[in-house]
Amino acid sequence: MSFARHFFARPTAAFGFAVFLLIVVIALAAPLIFARGPFNIVGMPLLAPGSPGLLAGSDVLGRDMMVGLAYGARISLLVGVTSTLGAIGIGVLLGAVAGYYGGVVDDLLMRITEFFQIIPTFVLLMVLVAFMQPSLGSAVIGIALISWPQVARVVRGEFLSLREREFVQAARVLGLGDANIIFTQILPNALSPIVVISSMMVGNAILTESALSFLGLGDPNLLSWGSMIGGSRSAMWVAWWTTVLPGLCIVVTVLALNFIGDGLNDAFNPRRRG
Amino acid sequence: MKPRYIAMRLVKTVLVAATVVVLSFFLIRLAPGDAATVMAGQAGYADETFLKNLRAEYGLDQPLPVQFWKYVDAVAHGDLGTSYVRRQPVLSVIMERLPNTLLLDGFALLVAATGGVWLGALAARRPGSAGDNAVSVLSMLFYAVPQFWLGMMMVLFFAVWLSVLPPFGIETMGADYTGLARLSDVAEHMILPGVTLALYYMASYARLTRAAMIEVSEQDFVKTARAKGISERQVARRHILRNALIPLVTYAGLQASLLVGGTVLIENVFSWPGVGTLAYEAVQGRDNPLLLGIFIVTAILVSLFNLLTDIAYAIVDPRVVLER
Repeated sequence: MSFARHFFARPTAAFGFAVFLLIVVIALAAPLIFARGPFNIVGMPLLAPGSPGLLAGSDVLGRDMMVGLAYGARISLLVGVTSTLGAIGIGVLLGAVAGYYGGVVDDLLMRITEFFQIIPTFVLLMVLVAFMQPSLGSAVIGIALISWPQVARVVRGEFLSLREREFVQAARVLGLGDANIIFTQILPNALSPIVVISSMMVGNAILTESALSFLGLGDPNLLSWGSMIGGSRSAMWVAWWTTVLPGLCIVVTVLALNFIGDGLNDAFNPRRRG
Repeated sequence: MKPRYIAMRLVKTVLVAATVVVLSFFLIRLAPGDAATVMAGQAGYADETFLKNLRAEYGLDQPLPVQFWKYVDAVAHGDLGTSYVRRQPVLSVIMERLPNTLLLDGFALLVAATGGVWLGALAARRPGSAGDNAVSVLSMLFYAVPQFWLGMMMVLFFAVWLSVLPPFGIETMGADYTGLARLSDVAEHMILPGVTLALYYMASYARLTRAAMIEVSEQDFVKTARAKGISERQVARRHILRNALIPLVTYAGLQASLLVGGTVLIENVFSWPGVGTLAYEAVQGRDNPLLLGIFIVTAILVSLFNLLTDIAYAIVDPRVVLER
């Protein structure tokens, strides 16, 4: 198939895909490999990587860093994917309506997305999560609520140009209702840019979640890469691995997702293929 | 056309500020319980009559529209409530920390803009060269690195490993420097957090400058300048760069909202006593009025900054007309 061939023709895209797949497998397998969970204390605190039985060393409380890193992947992927799905749901709905109907609805939506560009959204997110009480759910809801405007802008733009096309006029002549035209006629044709930005958005959501957890706004009952970094700040001076390793996990995951996004973009836009 | 443009931008800024206040009123209602239960909790004592009296005293038993009006009236008069932890008016607690944050952000913006423009101009001179590719690879990497973690790596490298720069704080504790010595002490403390903040935005400035310079260099007036026999260096500086810089002015405004988020994280990594570390204290102490106050103040400051950059843009570029 030419789409897959074009995607994997880019070395960075193929690399990103392979790395992402590996992280997904680790996240899914974590409870099977490390049945006792990330909070289990296995030895002395701050043992260096390579100590007996501790490939990645131990943290400030003597927990196995490797187990924490594996379980952290679950949180990052879960928050990244679900909050992006939420943002896409809201963004597609509002963007489609604005682009399809235009006029006042469109004006209003554009003012709202501008508002989100101006206000410091990360501070708003801190308020949202702190007020709803820090948990996995509030992180997902909060990130979705600050991320949807980006989707809405893209979808609106697609709808603005697609709604004038002949196939849409044909559907109208056939007597299809607005909702039907929006979801069965136009939306399938606007999917490629949505897919491209969604992989970048998952990466951004992972970065945002790690920042929340670093500030102590993560779920107190779960260990994530961000909370591992935040929790070992006091040990940074003597035990570099407690902060360096979780950070590297975040960088590799987000980089993989951005590579995938670039690859998708190229594969979807034949004219840009070099 | 210009006065009208500026007037419309003013109206927009006021609307944004008003929306922030309305949004805040509804955000308060997200938190479980109300101010009365929090105060009762602090008093360590609560029965129904006590709560009822508290609610009556603070108007919490009144209908929503009345409460809303009271809230708007208070905020309009600079009353953002009282900090639970500090037991001081929220606004004065924030204002006390604000200068430190503005200092750090101003420094970061300056570094990001000068460094980014320089790198972008370098990359635009020979598109496709090794230097050009290095800039785009670096910016790709920066988009994947958590800012707070980058800050910690800077501390590890420059403060722990090389020990050339102070890792935290705004000045040396207990040194009690005065005058110039104090200034240079603060400047030294500002380098690591400021540069960490700047690096991220420098990457996007470099990309923008590069794109704008390549676009401008293809225009007719540049050919004319070359045809007149002006040196290539002069063409790049006087003709291309000057015109390419114009869109960067608005970009600084657009980035301000991102900069605030980055500042919160970076201040906490480097224990910089600004609004960002205050936000962390508010989270730790469950000080909701303080956290919300920080949102309101930073949102209004950013929209004012956007207004200023838009006005500056209109002055620099005579082609600006009111788009709508």
